[in-house]
Amino acid sequence: MQYAILCYNSEDVVGSWTKEEDDKVMADLAVVQEKLAKAGKLGPVARLMPTTAATTLRKTRDEPFVIDGPFAETKEQFLGFYVVDCASLDEAVEVARELAVANPGTGSYEIRPISIFRPGPAPT
Amino acid sequence: MTDPHWIEAALTAARPQAVGALLRYFRDLDTAEEAFQEACLRALKTWPKNGPPRDPAAWLIFVGRNTGIDAARRRAKQQPLPPEELVSDLEDAETSMAERLDGADYRDDILRLLFICCHPDLPAAQQIALALRIVSGLSVKQIAKAFLVGESAMEQRITRAKGRIQGADVPFETPGAIERSERLAAVAAMVYLIFNEGYSAGPSEAHARAPLCDEAIRLARLLLRLFQTEPEIMGLTALLLLQHARTAARFDENGQIVLLEDQDRSLWNRKMIDEGLALIDKAMRHRRVGPYLVQAAIAALHARAAKPEDTDWAEIDLLYATLERLQPSPVVTLNRAVAVSKVKGPAAALEMIEPLEERLSGYFHFHGLKGGLLMQLGRDEEARVAFDCAIARANTAAEAAHIRMHIDRLMKDATPRSGKRA
Repeated sequence: MQYAILCYNSEDVVGSWTKEEDDKVMADLAVVQEKLAKAGKLGPVARLMPTTAATTLRKTRDEPFVIDGPFAETKEQFLGFYVVDCASLDEAVEVARELAVANPGTGSYEIRPISIFRPGPAPT
Repeated sequence: MTDPHWIEAALTAARPQAVGALLRYFRDLDTAEEAFQEACLRALKTWPKNGPPRDPAAWLIFVGRNTGIDAARRRAKQQPLPPEELVSDLEDAETSMAERLDGADYRDDILRLLFICCHPDLPAAQQIALALRIVSGLSVKQIAKAFLVGESAMEQRITRAKGRIQGADVPFETPGAIERSERLAAVAAMVYLIFNEGYSAGPSEAHARAPLCDEAIRLARLLLRLFQTEPEIMGLTALLLLQHARTAARFDENGQIVLLEDQDRSLWNRKMIDEGLALIDKAMRHRRVGPYLVQAAIAALHARAAKPEDTDWAEIDLLYATLERLQPSPVVTLNRAVAVSKVKGPAAALEMIEPLEERLSGYFHFHGLKGGLLMQLGRDEEARVAFDCAIARANTAAEAAHIRMHIDRLMKDATPRSGKRA
């Protein structure tokens, strides 16, 4: 089963990391990713720009309208995701747990089974 | 969960909202700051045990408010504080209560907190110091270091600034739309000042002052999150990101200035550039340009050019023409002249800046550019005079050294020529 692991955290918190702190978190997460990739379990990984860079197209009955900012204003923001291939939910939770150890503190990982997955060619 | 690092980050992140709400509540900056400090101390004790609260800012506001009230009561009646567990175990109740109380106001709370720092009575340096202390929560020591002054001098500066705004009327009513946009403009200008304070530093100071740039970007992003649809705030954030992206390439290992066209572009921070470009794309959709957005667009044209010769100078010239219209100033015209020299040649540029001489006679960059243009035109003697004027007005040793390099080149060129004549 494929799972998306969706990363939520306060971007105020993530944004207050110094470059060194940010680099360290990325390096620690890379170790977990490396392990998953070697086991053939890692799909696409993405880190998103801050929600201030987001634009939302809201569908309405008439012409959809475009608004600045993320879809929802929340206390914690959707900041990135992993696609992993795991034998069971337990295993996917275990992956999320390892990510949490590598990047401790505030925030959550939402583990969501994938129903359709088309990786497509990697964008260049 | 015992790593204090995430607590530090959560406290820093929550600070503007929490202090802003406490200021609205207590209507006194010192009381609000003390209450926040007290709440942070409690957070450091209870969060490692209980884990992070769902909404750290709401938790801090609630606890800060209680401790502030308790402190006032204690002063009045000498009553003991309630046991700490009582406060921290009520976390869920606290959160929902604090949210109900503050959710609607936090945008204006943060804006107010920033706005009181840019009180017109305060000189720029005091505004910046105050904002860094109150909003960003940098220590006096950190701020003193960034300003290259002693800690006690900075302490005094901040105390004096606080004294001035305590005496002034702080507007606590919820602002109307016009007032809000005026506050936003003042705050944006201050954020830009903070950035420039860091960005204009010479190489020897650049490292100490770099936190000012980071802090300004953090504040700009904060403003943008509060005012998601303001193209000028997108422009401001983009401008700061695009300029800061070049930091690693701006000085060489000897501390000499490296001009934009000579910079190693592989040292530019791609991540910051991409975010800056994304923000400009968003802002352009509004079809309403302001000075920050135009300046960001100019910076973007430099960032988009893989090689200096790919730079779209004609477009930069047009953008500067727009900026001259929006914000007429001799310095803008001077900058435009650089683009004009690339598009139409040095003679046209020189003609453009000559009328500025009177107003910009004390300005380093005027004489530097004039010397450069004269040099391109082969008017070496006049170029030397202009370069001498520039050196006399240099703001940093690096600026002077950079001009001296031009003079040395002129001298070197001059020697074989005089040889030919002989």
